[in-house]
Amino acid sequence: MMINTSRIKQFKENLETKRWLLPALLVFVFALSLVIQQFELLDPYVQLIIMYVGINIILTLSLNLINGYMGEFSVGHAGFMAIGAYVASFLTVKVFPTDMAAWLFPLAVIAGGMVAGVVGLVVAFPSFKTRGDYLAIVTLAFGMIVKSVIENIDALGGPRGFLGMEKLSTLPWVFFWVLISVWVIRNLIYSNFGRGVLSIREDEIASDLMSVNTNHVKVLAFTVSSFFAGIAGGLFAHLLQFINPRAFDIIKSTDILIMVYLGGIGSIAGSVIGATVYTVLLEVLRPMGIWRMVFMPLVLVLLMIFRPRGIMGLREFRWFVPVRDMLASRLWREKKAGT
Amino acid sequence: MTYVLQQLLNALQVGSIYALIALGYTMVYGILTMINFAHGDLFMVGAFLCFVAAVTFNLPFVPVLLLSMIGVAFLGVVIERFAYKPLRQAPRVSAIITALGVGLFLENFTLALNPYPKQIPQLLENTTWTFSGLSVSSLQVFVIILSLVLMWILDLIVRRTMVGMAMRAISWDKTVAPLLGVPVNMIISVTFAIGTSLGGAAGVMYALAYPVIDPYMGIMVGWKAFIAAVVGGIGNIRGAMIGGYILGAVEIMVVAFMPSTYRDFIAFVLLLVLLIFRPYGILGKPHPQKV
Repeated sequence: MMINTSRIKQFKENLETKRWLLPALLVFVFALSLVIQQFELLDPYVQLIIMYVGINIILTLSLNLINGYMGEFSVGHAGFMAIGAYVASFLTVKVFPTDMAAWLFPLAVIAGGMVAGVVGLVVAFPSFKTRGDYLAIVTLAFGMIVKSVIENIDALGGPRGFLGMEKLSTLPWVFFWVLISVWVIRNLIYSNFGRGVLSIREDEIASDLMSVNTNHVKVLAFTVSSFFAGIAGGLFAHLLQFINPRAFDIIKSTDILIMVYLGGIGSIAGSVIGATVYTVLLEVLRPMGIWRMVFMPLVLVLLMIFRPRGIMGLREFRWFVPVRDMLASRLWREKKAGT
Repeated sequence: MTYVLQQLLNALQVGSIYALIALGYTMVYGILTMINFAHGDLFMVGAFLCFVAAVTFNLPFVPVLLLSMIGVAFLGVVIERFAYKPLRQAPRVSAIITALGVGLFLENFTLALNPYPKQIPQLLENTTWTFSGLSVSSLQVFVIILSLVLMWILDLIVRRTMVGMAMRAISWDKTVAPLLGVPVNMIISVTFAIGTSLGGAAGVMYALAYPVIDPYMGIMVGWKAFIAAVVGGIGNIRGAMIGGYILGAVEIMVVAFMPSTYRDFIAFVLLLVLLIFRPYGILGKPHPQKV
């Protein structure tokens, strides 16, 4: 045991001396994104793709919280995205004064996220009793209800869509929100609450018996997840500058699902990789025209057959895992090797 | 009164198509506990095969129907063999995602081959009879009767034949059935063939009733049929039939008495309400959780 502890101490010190690396890197990338946006260093098309990647990362992460970490099967995520998009756009176009819109944009995005989060409760309550396929139906129906409600509201343009947003989503903003979502979800997963989320995935009854308040955990997970989906929706609306209900239908939800399972469930790194690979690959293959949409599902099917857990399934980049958890797993491994 | 009767007739027609597709979902679920999300797209392939057979080969109706059903059944068996079978031991979610992938593949492959919506020629003489204000088209009657006949045949197969008995045995207990000599792989293939051929038949009927077809038509109809299967209690064959007719009736009645844009909204809200009171569908039995 003595050897163990001294080794661990050394390991900990090792990590702590490198702690400044990550913040420094993030500050650098943020500065880079500001510079790129200011001086047009990158082709606007490339910038657009990078922003799509960012928005997709937020969406994938938020869905991964429910589908990957909690083990439920939600298929209506585009509904939350739609709510965020419409609320944020309505605020910047109709409510906020036009000359202030750029400054109030973050507020609009947050408001969109909050409304989506509150609506997320609607799905959280049925999840107390129903699981699996039946919860999938509830979320599916929810997504379709959101779409058809929006289609019936004339103030939002109905089926014609809603426009008039300025292009307020910029590279630094998208980067900022990606960072926030990664940070929040990573910290949630490694918190006490996160243990509850994982325990629901493994065995709901057992976790209930171990005095995990499963209803509480579900409500929180659904709220956080839909909040970030709403944020992504707000960013998406102000990037595209035009939204209509059909942009948030079942095909969009399927897209997000594919990114989650491509990257791998229960993994932040997986979500980031999945969203990036999927978005970039679709763009790179654009010269193939419609055949890329034939090719991508084939890749997905092959991936599921030969690697059902996705690219990163249930694994994580080392620097995403908190020191405490890494120490615990290391201690466990050394103990196992010792005996 | 005539108006209501007229709408009821329409509901029967739409409901028959939903019921046929829902049967495919429910049969596959009953035997594999897997939701075959590609089923709606197989329905679409059925409609396109109908187009190919009718326009390219100039066939009359009966061969068109048979060709579509056999073609879709073959496709269903191939999909099961190559995409779902390797995943039988994998986490259930992987199988669902694979099914979504197969569905996307079918949609986009069809789209790549047929970039524009297609018009189905009139395969059957369509006469309209009028009974004191109630107009009945022969096509409507035909669709309703043909689906009822197909469902009756299916019910016979499942209840009266050895294959049907084997299907029920597998859905009853997947581990014991092979021990008693049930050829599981073959029965699963047969289930897929029967379920998807019903979807193909529904595709042909849909194409006859609404002659403009496009590769994305299977998505919405497929999801709605899935909902019908759940409403009836997924895994339950008679439940799927009832669910299909209920969904058809709800949709048509909403359109008949309210603005048509409310159709999906009301249908899905009703679904949610039903799931609150009967969480396992109308004919489904609750599965108690065991520890």
